[in-house]
Amino acid sequence: MMTDLADLNALTPSQTVGPFLHIALPWPDGPDVVPAGTPDLIVVSGRVFDGAGDGVPDAIVETWQADPDGRFEHPDDPRGSAAPSVAGFRGFGRSATDDQGAFAIRTVKPGPLPSSSTPPEAPHLDVSVFARGLLDRVVTRCYFGDETSANAGDPVLNALPDESRRVTLIAEPVDGGYRFDIHLQGRDETVFFDV
Amino acid sequence: MTDTVYGRPDNVHPPLAYPGYGSTRLRAPSQSLVLLPHNLTEVTGPLFGTSRVRPTDDDLTVQHEGEPIGQRIIVHGRVIEAGGRPVRGTLIEIWQANAAGRYRHARDTWPAPIDPNFTGLGRTTTGDDGSYRFTTIRPGIYPWGNHDNAWRPAHIHFSLFGRAFTQRLITQMYFPDDPMFAHDPIFQSIPDERARPRLISRFDYAETKSNWALAYEFDIVLRGRDATPMEDGHDD
Repeated sequence: MMTDLADLNALTPSQTVGPFLHIALPWPDGPDVVPAGTPDLIVVSGRVFDGAGDGVPDAIVETWQADPDGRFEHPDDPRGSAAPSVAGFRGFGRSATDDQGAFAIRTVKPGPLPSSSTPPEAPHLDVSVFARGLLDRVVTRCYFGDETSANAGDPVLNALPDESRRVTLIAEPVDGGYRFDIHLQGRDETVFFDV
Repeated sequence: MTDTVYGRPDNVHPPLAYPGYGSTRLRAPSQSLVLLPHNLTEVTGPLFGTSRVRPTDDDLTVQHEGEPIGQRIIVHGRVIEAGGRPVRGTLIEIWQANAAGRYRHARDTWPAPIDPNFTGLGRTTTGDDGSYRFTTIRPGIYPWGNHDNAWRPAHIHFSLFGRAFTQRLITQMYFPDDPMFAHDPIFQSIPDERARPRLISRFDYAETKSNWALAYEFDIVLRGRDATPMEDGHDD
């Protein structure tokens, strides 16, 4: 064992994913949270922008979400692990950005989630962005613009210190899905979370 | 809804804005991060098991017709959570430059040779004790454009999922006594100097294979679950 592990709370630090992440991280089926042809499939797509407003061509966007019933196939869900209600649902999506900074995830909309201490959480994806120039991932959430009443009660949206930035977390309904742009920096900077 | 909460690291991870690393300038968010409570989406995560791993993925020296050029090495270790619990059955993805310090990537254009027998991609899944093992070749040090005469210490990129969204980690493993540590802003960006050596693997003589390969040990500690229960979360 490394001596440093004598302190079992000695966390391993993050380092940047670097510019060559494409050797390993994109999978042919990475963007497919659900198989092609799944009923009610939506495409969540957008671009990752830097502080100069340019697309980030060497980022990778990852998503994690509940199934349409708001359940997870995971032992740490206190309601119990539940097989997904949609065949082939993986919960996880991954899309490297292209030369314009564009990404796309093919999925189904998750259900709302209960919380013990707050009103239910509106349907959302947890989103990680890794890129050259990011020494650690940045984390945001993607909510859905047509979930007006659920979003109005969402405890995370309602706890934002700056209400004017709420709009950065809400994907706009478009033909076939939703548009969710991510601004790493600048006037339209996306809200990022300390997770 | 959940009684699982993950500890929040303090001073371990690099700051997003770090002037020494020029690419952070237009990419690091300028607003403060907003605290996200750990509800169901955060305490769960993808559990891939062995589903993403093919038989030769843990040996980067057998993925082509011939063997790659370079010093053959074994890289092994354990993935645990803070507190010591092993992280079982979790996917590890690695990627690296070849022995000359060249990545097999269209955007890597520095004039070191490509090795036709080396892709530089590995995947494996941890065992029940959190252990993992790769066979590969030692990557070279390579230059980059961050500052005058800039060179990255030799490194292997590691991507880990753990068992929860909160535990996701991408990092780099380094080698002992690399002459470039003092000159590398990415390594230096880790605020707590005591945390930096955690990214340096240990030469592991006991695991070397006679007449075959050197060995390095690299353990990885992901965030741990706090025992502190939240309010009663089992009422629905």
